[in-house]
Amino acid sequence: MAEVQLTGVSKSFKTTQAVIDMDLTIPDGAFVVLLGPTGAGKTTTLRLIAGLEKPDTGDIKIGGTSVTNLTPAQRDVAMVFQQYSLYPHMSVRDNLAFPLRSPILKTPEGEIARKVNEVAEVLHIPHKLDNKATELSGGEMQRVSIGRALVRDPQVYLMDEPLSSLDAKLRADLRVELKRIHAELAATLLYVTHDQIEAMTMATHVGVLDEGRLVQFGTPRDIYENPRTAYVAARLGQPRINLLPVGLMGEDAPAGAHQVGLRPENIRHGAGRDAQVVRVEHLGDQTRLHLKVADHDVITLTDPHTTLEAGETIQIAPENPVFFDASGARIT
Amino acid sequence: MSAYSVTEPSTRSKWFAGSLVILYALITMIPLAWIMLTGFKSPSDAISYPPKVVFEPTLEGYVNLFTTRTRQTQEFLDANPPQNWADEIVREYDMVIVGPSKFGERFLNSVIIGFGSTFLSVFLGTLAAYAFSRFKIPLADDLLFFILSTRMMPPIAVAIPIFLMYRNLGLSDTHLGMILLYTAVNISLAVWLLKGFIDEIPREYEEAALIDGYTRFQAFYKVVLPQAATGIASTAIFCLIFAWNEYAFAVLLTSATAQTAPPFIPTIIGVGGLDWPAVAAGATIFLLPVMIFTILLRKHLLRGITFGAVRK
Repeated sequence: MAEVQLTGVSKSFKTTQAVIDMDLTIPDGAFVVLLGPTGAGKTTTLRLIAGLEKPDTGDIKIGGTSVTNLTPAQRDVAMVFQQYSLYPHMSVRDNLAFPLRSPILKTPEGEIARKVNEVAEVLHIPHKLDNKATELSGGEMQRVSIGRALVRDPQVYLMDEPLSSLDAKLRADLRVELKRIHAELAATLLYVTHDQIEAMTMATHVGVLDEGRLVQFGTPRDIYENPRTAYVAARLGQPRINLLPVGLMGEDAPAGAHQVGLRPENIRHGAGRDAQVVRVEHLGDQTRLHLKVADHDVITLTDPHTTLEAGETIQIAPENPVFFDASGARIT
Repeated sequence: MSAYSVTEPSTRSKWFAGSLVILYALITMIPLAWIMLTGFKSPSDAISYPPKVVFEPTLEGYVNLFTTRTRQTQEFLDANPPQNWADEIVREYDMVIVGPSKFGERFLNSVIIGFGSTFLSVFLGTLAAYAFSRFKIPLADDLLFFILSTRMMPPIAVAIPIFLMYRNLGLSDTHLGMILLYTAVNISLAVWLLKGFIDEIPREYEEAALIDGYTRFQAFYKVVLPQAATGIASTAIFCLIFAWNEYAFAVLLTSATAQTAPPFIPTIIGVGGLDWPAVAAGATIFLLPVMIFTILLRKHLLRGITFGAVRK
């Protein structure tokens, strides 16, 4: 396992700039999640590290040595694609053994059999080993796909939204499984997703991307509590942070503040401004209140057994608000 | 009883579709069946009118196809009794077998030239199609159009220049010359067909193989080729059928050494004109390799064996 370092990496395709001047260090043994919407440059970053794309400028180092001009095979990375991409003409066993049989690794067959069985156990697919890759369900295919990365002992594991095509239960199971695997192997893992729950639950570090730029990098807790921009604040948290014009709630704003960010849990009830209840959402474990404050939508959380109903008026006041200037940057 | 389904065709429409297919198959098979039957007729049965469907089968056509015969005097025939069943058949016409005919040689030429040019077309076509499909090639669209444009005139339109060219290059009446010619005609078809097939193979497979430690060529060989098998097989069949059946260039450019079966078969002369049973026998044998080739690759002609392993 090794540290991965990107310095000043840029990549553009025809007219679009996919990655702009990115500096990113993935510490050895870290589980780094790159978070951002579609088109933010997450997948391109991953492909640049894998060697499937060549950067226009900048340098990529794995374990201290520059790999910018190496082929994917020479970089010794393992990657799980968003689409299953199993080799359809091979059995599950041969799919898992494929990386081990490569001319670079040339593993002896006995060793291959042992490793393949081991990985199949971990992913609960030993009974499927002799099936053809096309005879699996979606969840099984993706597990084989992850397995094909796990049979190796690469410098870094790269995963491109590996869980996005799975159903909710399987996704939750595999999330736990991946976290466990990461802990057991002490592996360096770079994981791309647009799902903030995956980011919050698995990551040791989160990098938030916006239009090709790395906006913030830190622990999930740090990014949640100290977002550097309004954009980052809006990427984490369910329900989302409320971004309101400054002064609406009557808080003390620093000079230059343009927007105030209020997490749903940072809204105190019972005093302050009048807010009209628009809708009450009972989600079981939590209850969301959709409010209107002078034409602005505000979402907050309340007691699961609340008796509030639409049309009622309550009082709310801010707690620990964060402020952003006109460009969206945090003011502290 | 199976459950009711809106997508499953009804029994009646299945019967109707089935009958249509059988009817069509019968119509297309009549000429073939006629050729095969004629091969077993005697020369008089072959040209009798009205045509005979029921007749006494004989191997005369096949004997005449494979042998050269001469007419002999009665004394000679009496002095030399027939040595085998084939001899006996030709004795009826006061003839003896003096050696094999050229058919075997011509047939072998067809095999060499047909399969040789098919292999070359598919080999070059696969490499070119892969390059067009995966790499950034300057003016790729124009090049593809240029490749296709070689098919826009009937090949026979350039017969005279090719004839002269081949004579000067010493390629006339050679196996190599015919293989090159048929490859040149087939390659545009091969490139276009195969590009379509390779375009449909997701790039993720190769990318996965590249990351799994293989070089680009190994990824092509181990991952792309097996999945292009369907396309390669059907392309090979199309190329083989063209090269196998080609007549005009074969007549023009080959004679003694590299002549293929198509120009040879119609020239089989029997007693008093064309020997129709021998011609039909030759045609029947000539049909077999393409038939066997197609039957062997039939599985690959049905698309979709690898469908569904990548979620689209």
